[in-house]
Amino acid sequence: MQYMLLIYNQEKAWETMSEADRGKHFAAYMQFTQDIKASKHYIAGDALQPVHTATSVRVRDGKTQSTDGPFAETREQLGGYYLIDAKDLDEATKIAARIPDAAIGSGVIEIRPVMNFDK
Amino acid sequence: MRAAAAIEEVFRAERARVLATTIRVCNGDFDLAEEAVQEAFAAALSRWPVEGTPDEPRGWLVQVARNKAIDTIRRRVKLREIVAAEDASEAAASFEHVAVTDDRLRLIYTCCHPALAPEAQIALTLRTLGGLTTEEIARAFLSAPTTMAQRLVRAKSKIKEARIPYVVPEASELAERTGQVMAVVYLIFNEGYAATMGDEWVRRDLCREAIRLGRLLVELTDGAEAKGLLALMLLHDSRRDARTTDTGDLVLLEDQDRTRWDRAQIDEALALVPVALTGGPGTYALQAAIAALHASAPTSAQTDWPQIAALFGELLRRVPTPVIALNHAVAIAMWQGPAAGLTRIDALEGELADYHLWHAARADLLRRLDRKKEAATAYRAALACVGSEPERRFLERRLAEVTA
Repeated sequence: MQYMLLIYNQEKAWETMSEADRGKHFAAYMQFTQDIKASKHYIAGDALQPVHTATSVRVRDGKTQSTDGPFAETREQLGGYYLIDAKDLDEATKIAARIPDAAIGSGVIEIRPVMNFDK
Repeated sequence: MRAAAAIEEVFRAERARVLATTIRVCNGDFDLAEEAVQEAFAAALSRWPVEGTPDEPRGWLVQVARNKAIDTIRRRVKLREIVAAEDASEAAASFEHVAVTDDRLRLIYTCCHPALAPEAQIALTLRTLGGLTTEEIARAFLSAPTTMAQRLVRAKSKIKEARIPYVVPEASELAERTGQVMAVVYLIFNEGYAATMGDEWVRRDLCREAIRLGRLLVELTDGAEAKGLLALMLLHDSRRDARTTDTGDLVLLEDQDRTRWDRAQIDEALALVPVALTGGPGTYALQAAIAALHASAPTSAQTDWPQIAALFGELLRRVPTPVIALNHAVAIAMWQGPAAGLTRIDALEGELADYHLWHAARADLLRRLDRKKEAATAYRAALACVGSEPERRFLERRLAEVTA
């Protein structure tokens, strides 16, 4: 069963972090990614550029409209994701809890089961 | 007619267990299992009067429900699901011989899974483990049946689509998850016990269901804290007939006719309390011990207030909330006199200034100290933030007394 783990945190928290702390944070992600690869839970995962680089696109009356910024302005921003394979929600929850941002500031991980169209 | 009544009796007693096992057999598919159990009961109703009641009615029902479920899956004709069902039926076969875990335990932990919204946990628990229909649950929580039905559908869909496992949590999580299950059961009880709206019958029904679930937890976990919770609910509920007058007015504990307390229920609880208190008692056990002291006292004046104050002190150490501090202060007032209690209550003003019971407790102590003017001011402040009608009428009566 596949789960998408969406990592939300305040970009400010990252911006105000000391160089040393950023180093530790990055190393923690490297370690976590390596661990879930070794345990065969990992399918994919990436960090995203900050929301000031985001563009929202919508098509209305056949016309493509691009606007600057994310779809929804929220206190926390989507900063990255992991796509994992886990046997059930309890296992996915345990893995999500190990993502470094889950324990930092107002960080939160949203777990979304991936829809399976083969069923 | 008699045969049908006997079958109904078996259904009532066995429904939760049959459903719990069938859900496991159906790989955690609640809807499929509910439908299959329904069909199994229908089959029993037509076959048992003719063929006789089987020796093991529950085993029979599980077997038939399982077959119905597999039939349904076959009808859906998807190869993978047939394989899954056959895997499941192997699991079922092994269960029939060695019932290691009661499936109701899996069911209750799944219904009270923290990934489900609290209202959904309550509704699902009442629907599957309790005997309530969707309509009855909706009535009890004063919501529309369609809203409640949708809540149940959503919860079951989340269990299925997010794959909430149908298991008893592993040891490292068991204590916390059991605490969450007990919180759900106690919430159901309090909704019935302290509800300020709704009709009487429905409230009683919720209390009865919560007590039934409490018994189930004791049976399944044999934990001291589950016994504490059951004892606590039994003791509160034992006062149901004495708590209100015929016209629905509130009767304070000290003014209740203690002959109207349910003695059988009190005795059952009193036997549980010492067990619940062994080995570092939890918060339910401590509250049950307090309720037990009230239940054992022939009159309010003869209550063991020093002991009650000590238990509230212990409770306060575990759960340092202002409301428990207020109860602690009231117990001290009953023990050492109103002046001693008042000092403690006044110290809580910053945290409880919007809480009507803080004002009411203060007013009562001022009344006992014969400081009528201040008492009246406090009763008015209590009335300004009270929510329920019976409590409002009570406070108005007291206000009239001190201003007379």
